[in-house]
This record gives sequence, structure tokens and C-alpha cells, in this order.
Amino acid sequence: MDEPPGLAEQIAVPTAGQSTVVGDPDLRSPAPGGTVPRDRFMLERQSKAPSSLWMDAWRRLTRDKLAIAGMVIIALFIIAAVFAPLLAPYDPIEQTLLQRRQPPSRQHWMGLDEVGRDILSRIIYGARVSLQIGLLSVSLAIIVGSILGAVAGFVGGWVDNVIMRLMDILLAFPGLLLAIAVVSILGPGLMNMLYAIGFVSIPVYARIMRASVLAVKEQDFVLAARAVGVTTERILWREILPNAITPVLVSGTLGIATAILDAAGLSFLGLGAQPPTPEWGSMLGEGRGSVFTAPHIVLFPGLAIMLNVLGFNLLGDGLRDALDPRLRM
Amino acid sequence: MTRYIIQRLLLLLPVLLGISIITFGMLRLIPGDPARIMLGEHATAEVIASYRERMGLDDPIHVQYIRYLGRLVRGDWGRSISRQEWVTVELAQRLPATIELSIGAMLVACAVGIPAGVIAAYRHNSMFDLGTMVGALVGVSIPVFWLGLMLSYVFGFRLHWLPPSARLTVGIELQTIPEVYNINLTGPLGSVIMSILNFISNLYVFDSIVTVNPDALIDSLKHLVLPSVALGTIPMSIIARITRSSLLEVLGMDYIRTARAKGQHERVVLMTHAMKNAFLPIITVLGLQFGGLLAGAILTETIFSWPGMGRLVVERILARDYPTVQGAVLVIALLFVLLNLIVDLSYAFLDPRIRYG
Repeated sequence: MDEPPGLAEQIAVPTAGQSTVVGDPDLRSPAPGGTVPRDRFMLERQSKAPSSLWMDAWRRLTRDKLAIAGMVIIALFIIAAVFAPLLAPYDPIEQTLLQRRQPPSRQHWMGLDEVGRDILSRIIYGARVSLQIGLLSVSLAIIVGSILGAVAGFVGGWVDNVIMRLMDILLAFPGLLLAIAVVSILGPGLMNMLYAIGFVSIPVYARIMRASVLAVKEQDFVLAARAVGVTTERILWREILPNAITPVLVSGTLGIATAILDAAGLSFLGLGAQPPTPEWGSMLGEGRGSVFTAPHIVLFPGLAIMLNVLGFNLLGDGLRDALDPRLRM
Repeated sequence: MTRYIIQRLLLLLPVLLGISIITFGMLRLIPGDPARIMLGEHATAEVIASYRERMGLDDPIHVQYIRYLGRLVRGDWGRSISRQEWVTVELAQRLPATIELSIGAMLVACAVGIPAGVIAAYRHNSMFDLGTMVGALVGVSIPVFWLGLMLSYVFGFRLHWLPPSARLTVGIELQTIPEVYNINLTGPLGSVIMSILNFISNLYVFDSIVTVNPDALIDSLKHLVLPSVALGTIPMSIIARITRSSLLEVLGMDYIRTARAKGQHERVVLMTHAMKNAFLPIITVLGLQFGGLLAGAILTETIFSWPGMGRLVVERILARDYPTVQGAVLVIALLFVLLNLIVDLSYAFLDPRIRYG
């Protein structure tokens, strides 16, 4: 191929003694110490067509077996969520009290829960709730956090100080605890839980956005843009945002995993989704009393949570490796 | 170094104030009259009016906040609604259980995570390496509460290897340190010492060692295993990953090649030369994970009927017992901030290259 090597390969110069295995990104050597200065990074970026970064990233991502596994898992859950009414063999909230706690059988692959609802159907419908909470709460956090971070980075001075100190305060609480505190104020419920989980991850995105703004603000091309009279708004959208999108995308994907896990935890405690909503965490919470007599009631919802979270973690890891090899763990 | 510590402590002040504003705000932000929430649905209008008067709920909000802050500093954190007990007393009873569980979880996490990470890095690209990394990814994806339920079902209920819940078997007696050694101090200093002794007596493992009670020691250790494994899984996975990547980076350095070239034994190269430098990021992650355990404890304690802070928070939120919730949230946030501070300071202390000015 005549095409110049990918941007990332140029930056990640392996130090002596390290082997660079390209085939399986998770097994490649960690981010090496010798990196090309940032200026060159900027130069490369300008001299190439903007799509090449994404093309390179996509190529790396599709070579990453674990990331592909993650995408397959997520795709399965999305299919389950979208086509739930077609896929679910039974009504997820219809109770057949005479058959309650029935173990898995031919008719009910995952058995019946403590009030005789088909667990498989509830898990399929539960994918809707989980994915929605994951996507919506992270979107909320990204939007609010990015605005706050961009303002802080752009305006600077006391505005920056006030916003970032507020973010520090939010970060002074363990995420789940703060979410619980917020839900205890707003009252239990699916939407309130969504707000709470979104709220607690705002600081993450605010920090990323602020750092990106600060990194780019003083770059020559932004100065040049300013000099020729480009408006601040345009600089923000055209120059700074594209630079921030990579870390936001990586954190966002991993953030969905955390959000789904936290949502399941809150629902398990009875603070999130309320019965009879088929939500995996509340299925575990409601079935908890039956764990010794009918373990299948808690086994399957837990596996569903784990698999879904694993999917986003695998994809997030893969994205990080593909988009920014310097961040590789 | 001293200057850096002072600087960090000063930076802590706004964060602490912010935390207190949030816990103060918790009660004000709940829809409804705080007095009615405190006194319950059946309180009469006169009772509520006199309570508002007494608690100063009609004063401007900033006056109320400053009064709240003053009470916090004096150690008056209010009384719980459901038990009518001082919040500080309740917290002091519950905190040791959480500390014990967190230490247990961290020991499990390090005992498994660090060796796994070292071997994975040493046998880079082997099956063990791949297995560890996939295992670590699965580990961070497992819901703690589900893992807890499954562990207590398999090892507690099915196999009867370990007790499925609680801190001690009913019937096993555990006396406090003052009881056993007949310590009874009075006066202001004496009562402080007494409360410290009672506090550490609630660390069952520690207490059973000090009071020489082998039965209770074995029993409390057995009870500690399953919750510690459940709570320790996430930090274990993260520690394994960071150990691996940190060691891999160090192993690629020139001085390691030099050590090998001069014929140094592989074990010495790995354990003394490489690990010494690889440890810094591991310690950072360790400290940060310790803080994260406090949140995980909320779910783990609920599963294992572990009478700690996490379970207290959940119980009292469901009971709408806000003074206790406020206090518990405050304590957990304070511990979290403190742990992060210790991590930062130890970082500066451990790595002589880092000089904060």
C-alpha cells in the first residue's frame, strides 16, 4: 500500500525491547514512553484528509477480536430491545401464579419468577429499559458536562474556577452514593434514577471537554482562525469539538457500562424501576428472597446485566485502543 | 513537601464546604416541609409550628446553613427519626463493619490481582495473559450484588463451606475490649478513649485477637470471606490490569535489559528491579479503589446482611430517616476525600522524581 502509515502508528514509537503485536490490540505492549511531540501530531492532522483518522481507527477496531465480540454482544441486546414484542415468547408482566418459581423447562427456557412471569420474556423486554437508561443518562451527562467544560475552558478566570470546583465537589462522592442521594431527594422511579445517574457523571465529561478546549485554544491554527475573524462559536464547533470527540466517545462507551451497572444496583435496592417494569436489577431485587429455593430467578437477570455491561466495556476498551493508542492500558 | 501538604489541605476546604452544602441541601430539596418529614404524617399543626420555631426552620436559608455547619463541627449531627438515637452514635456503631469489610475486600483484590498481573506481564501474549485480561474485563462487568447472591447460594447454601450472611454466628460471644480488660475511664479524655476503644471493638477480627477469643476470630474471618470476595472483584480486576500494563512498560526499559545482560537471576530482575518501579501506578489505583469500595459496600452489605454504613444508608432512605442518611453520606464523602488525599500525598512521597512546589 502506498498510503502513509496510520496516524497512531506514527505516534506510538515502540521503545527498545518491546514487541508490537498488531493482531490483538489488547495484547499489544502498553503506551510506550517515546512519543512524537504533539506539534507533529497537529501537523499530521492538518496535512491529511480529516476522514483518515476515523478510517484508521475503524480498521484497527475491526481487527480487534475483543472489540468485535463487544459489538456483537451489544448488537444482540439492541435486536432484543427493538424486536422485544416479536422475540419474547410470553407477556413480560402476565402472572401465572399456579406455576410460580418453576425452573427452566421446554416451554419456559429460563423458568418462571416468584409470581409466575416468564423470565426470558422479562429479560428481553429488560434490554429496552437497560439500553435506554444507559444511552440517555450518558447523553445527558455528555451534553451538560461538555457545555460546562467548554465554558470553563473558554472563558477561564473565575468562571472556570467556580465550575471546576463544583465538579470537584461532585467527584468527592462515590458515584453510586451520590446517585442514591439524588434519588432519595427526587423520589424512587425510573426517570429520577436516569437523571441521578446522568447527574453524577457530568464531572467526567466536563473535565474532558475543558482539557480539550485548553489544549486546542492556544494552538496556532485556532489563533490563525481568530486572526482571520472566525467567530468563537465557529471555532468551538469546527476546531475544538472534533478534537474533544475522541476521549468523549471512549469515556461515553465505558460510561454506558457503568450507568447500566449503577442503574441495576439502584433498581435492585428498590430506588429505580418500580414493579412490574421488567428491569434486570429490580428482577434481582424482587427475586432475592427466592435465591435459595429457586436460584434461576436471580441467575438469569444477573447474567444479562453482566453480558450487556461486558459488551460496552469490550467496545470501550477497543475504541480507546483504536482511537488513541497513547491512552492504551 | 510540607508546603505541598498544606496547599492540598487548603484546597480541601472548599470541597468540604461543598460536601456540607450538599448534605444540608438534601433535606431542603425534598419536596415538602422538612418539619413534616421529620415528625411524620400524624404530627399536628401546633407540633409542627413549634418544631419549626425550635429548629429555626423559618430563618433565612444561609442562617440555617451556618447553624447546620456549626452543629456539624460541634459533633451534633442530630437524632435519627426511626430510632431516636444520636446519628453520630449510630454511625460509630456501623462504620467499623464497613472498614473491616473494605480491608478484607482489598486484601482479596491484592492477593489475587497483583500476582495475576505480574504473571500476565511476564508471560506476555501467553494464554495466561489473555485469560487474565478477559477475566479482568468480566470482573469489572459483574454486578456486585448478583455476585454476592450467587456466592452465598453456592458456597453458603449449597456447599455449606462458609456462612452465607451476617458477621458472626448466633451464639458466639464477642466482648468489647473495655469489658474484657475492665477498663472504665471517666472525665472528658477518658470518655474519648472509651469511645475509641468501643469503636475498635466493633472491628470483630481485631477485637477477637485483642481479647484472645479464637472461636470468634475463626467465625468472624469465615463470615468475612464471601462479602470480601464479592466486593473485591472489581478492584481485583482493575489491579490486575494496571499491574500488568505498568510492569510491561517497565520490562521494556533499558535498565532491565542491562540487568539481564549482566546475568542477573530472572526472579531478581522481576521482583526487585522491575516491580520497584512498576509499583507506583499500582499504589495509586489501590488508593482510588479503596474509595470506590465505599460505594460498592452499599450493595454488598445489603446482600450479606452486613451491619455497616452502606446498609444503614439503604435502610434509612427507604424509611425516610433523613438525619441518619445525611450523616452517613457526609461520613462516606469525607472518607472518600481523605483517601484520595492520602493517595496524592503518598504519590509525592513514594516517587522522589515528583516534586510539588
